[in-house]
Amino acid sequence: MSTHQPPMQQAPAAAPGGPYPGYTSPIPVVRTHLGHALASEWTKIKSVRSTLWTLGVFVLLVVGIGLMAGALVESNSDSETLSGENPLSFGFFGLLLGSICIITLGVLTTASEYGTGMIRTTMTACPSRARVLAAKSIVFFAVAFVFTLATSGFVAMVQASMLESTGARTPTGGDWLKATVGISLYMALLGLLSLLIGSVIRHSAGAITIMIGVLLAPLVLALFMATESLAKLREWLFEYSIPNQLSVFYANSLSESGPSGWDPLWIMLGLTAVVYAGAYALLQSRDV
Amino acid sequence: MIELEGLTKRFGEKVAVDHLTFSVRPGIVTGFLGPNGAGKSTTMRMILGLDRPTAGDVRIDGTHYDRLKDPLTYLGALLDAKAVHGGRSAYNHLLCLAQSNGIPASRVAQVLETVGLTAVARKKAKGFSLGMGQRLGIAGALLGDPRILMFDEPVNGLDPEGIHWIRNLMKSLAAQGRTVFVSSHLMSEMALTADHLVVIGQGRLLADTSMADFIRANSRSYVRIRCPQRERLRDVLHQAGITVVEAGGGALEVEGGKAEQIGELAARYGLVLHELSPQQASLEEAFMQLTAEAVEYHAQAGPEPAPRDWGAGWKEA
Ligand SMILES: Nc1ncnc2c1ncn2[C@@H]1O[C@H](COP(=O)(O)OP(=O)(O)OP(=O)(O)O)[C@@H](O)[C@H]1O
Ligand SMILES: [Mg+2]
Repeated sequence: MSTHQPPMQQAPAAAPGGPYPGYTSPIPVVRTHLGHALASEWTKIKSVRSTLWTLGVFVLLVVGIGLMAGALVESNSDSETLSGENPLSFGFFGLLLGSICIITLGVLTTASEYGTGMIRTTMTACPSRARVLAAKSIVFFAVAFVFTLATSGFVAMVQASMLESTGARTPTGGDWLKATVGISLYMALLGLLSLLIGSVIRHSAGAITIMIGVLLAPLVLALFMATESLAKLREWLFEYSIPNQLSVFYANSLSESGPSGWDPLWIMLGLTAVVYAGAYALLQSRDV
Repeated sequence: MIELEGLTKRFGEKVAVDHLTFSVRPGIVTGFLGPNGAGKSTTMRMILGLDRPTAGDVRIDGTHYDRLKDPLTYLGALLDAKAVHGGRSAYNHLLCLAQSNGIPASRVAQVLETVGLTAVARKKAKGFSLGMGQRLGIAGALLGDPRILMFDEPVNGLDPEGIHWIRNLMKSLAAQGRTVFVSSHLMSEMALTADHLVVIGQGRLLADTSMADFIRANSRSYVRIRCPQRERLRDVLHQAGITVVEAGGGALEVEGGKAEQIGELAARYGLVLHELSPQQASLEEAFMQLTAEAVEYHAQAGPEPAPRDWGAGWKEA
C-alpha cells in the first residue's frame, strides 16, 4: 500500500489465467466452511459482557436456589418426611428461574446483532445465511448445554447427599440422567428457541418479552380459567406449560396425565425444529 | 469488477434504486455520487447480497456475492461505521471477522496498525468517536487484503489528516490494480480522489463518465462583464472575433480567460466597464445542477411524492 504511482486510467492487463483482471493478494485464499463460522461465533459469544452477566446470574440462581431449597427441606424434616421421593427434584426451582437467563442469552445472540447493525458485517463476512444461523445455533446450544449440565449436576450431587437423612429414595440411573443431561438438553433447546425468536423479531426486548410470555402465560392463563366449561383447556395449558414440562424431568409432574418420562424433550425438540425452519425461511427471504 | 444490470430495489411504494446499469472497473477509483436518499447505500447493500434486488442483477467478477467462497479476501466493504457490537473490543471485532474467513489472526494487528487504532485495540467500540469507528470499519474492509474495496462515505467523521490519509489509501489501492468503489456527497472530494464517476439521483443513473471528461465538460472558465454601453461593447468584441453571450442581470459573458484582451479593447474604444471578472464554475455547482434536474424531472414524471429537499431521505432514516 505504499506505491504512490498515479492511478491507471485503463484497467491493467488481464492477470494470467483469469478472465477478470485485478490485484492478487499475498494472503492465502481459504474456501470458507462451517468451521470458520463456528470459530467466529465462539469468539463473539465470549467477547461480550452480556454473556458473562447472563451466565453468571444463571449459575448463581441454579446453585444458590438449589442448595437453599435442599438445606431448607433438610432442616425442616425428620427421617420420614421425604420417604420414597426423588431427592434430585429440588433442583427444579433454581432451573425454573435460571431459564430466564438462558432465554435472555439466546435472544441476545441473534437480536443484539440487529440492534447494533453488526448483522450486516456478519452477513458480509459470511454470505451464507444458513451457515450463520447454524453456527450461532450450535455455539449457543453447546454453551447453554455445558453450563446447565455443570450447574444442575453439581446441585443434584449435593442434594442427593444432603437429603439422605430425610428418607428420600436413592436416585436411580434414570433419575440422574433426567435431572442432569435431560434437563440440560431441554434448557439448551429452550434457549435455542429464544435465539430463533430473536432472529425473527430482530429486537432484543421484544423477543425476550415474548419468550417470558411463552414461559409463564400458560400457567397464568390456567389460573384464571376457573369455569367448568374450560376445565379441559385449563388442564392442557397446565400440563404443557414449560414449568410443568421442566418438573417432569424430576418425575414430580404437577399433574398425573400429560407429558411424562422424556416427553418434554421430544416436545421441545419438535417445536424448536419447526421454529428453526420458519426462522431460516424468513432469514433467507428478508433483507438484512 | 462489479457489474450492475438493471438493478432495482423497491421498498413498498418507494423506488430506492431504479434500473441501474453500470460497471466498476479495476485499477481505478470509481466515485459514486448522489444527494441524500439517492440510493447509494441501498445499491451497495445489494452488491453485498444483504438486500435482495426487486429486479435486475449484480455480479462480482461474474459471480453473485453470496457464491464467493472467500468473501472477505475477495471484497472488503465499509458500509456503516456503526455496524459493530459496541460491547466488543476493536481487536475482538476484527478477530471474529478474520476467523469467519480463515484469515490469519496476525492480519488483525496489521490492519489496526494501518488505520492507527493499535493504542485502543482492546477498548470497547462503543467508546469510539465517529472517526475512530470509521477507521475500525476501514480496518474491517482491509482485513482480507481484498481485490475489490467498497466504501460508503468513508470520510464521514474523519479529521483533515484522516481525510488526506484515506484519499491516498484509496488511490494506492487502485494503483495496485484493485477495484475501488467509494460513495460520497461531495463532488469536490471526488474530484481529488476518483478517476471515474457514477452519479445517481432518486435511484436513477445520471452520469457514468470519466472524471477528466466531467471536469472538462463542467468546469468552464469565463469572463463576466458589465458595461453601461452594452451594445457598443458587443460590436467591439464582435469585430475582434470574440463571442459574447447575454447573461442574467444585464451582464455579458465571454468564454475562456480573455479578461486582459477585453480590458484593452474597452480602453481603446473609451468604454466604461463596471465589472470585468474572470469566473470559474465549480464542480459542486455542476453536480447540484445535475441532481436537481433529476429531482424536478421525477416530480413531473408521475404520481410520485412531491420533490424532496436534499435532507429528506436522511431525516426519514
Ligand atoms: N430498509 C428500508 N426500508 C424502507 N426504505 C428504505 C430502506 N432503506 C432505504 N430506504 C429508502 O431508500 C432511499 C435510498 O436510501 P439510501 O440509504 O440508499 O440513500 P443514500 O444515497 O445512501 O443516502 P445518504 O447519502 O443519505 O446515505 C431513501 O429514500 C430511503 O428512505
Ligand atoms: Mg447512505
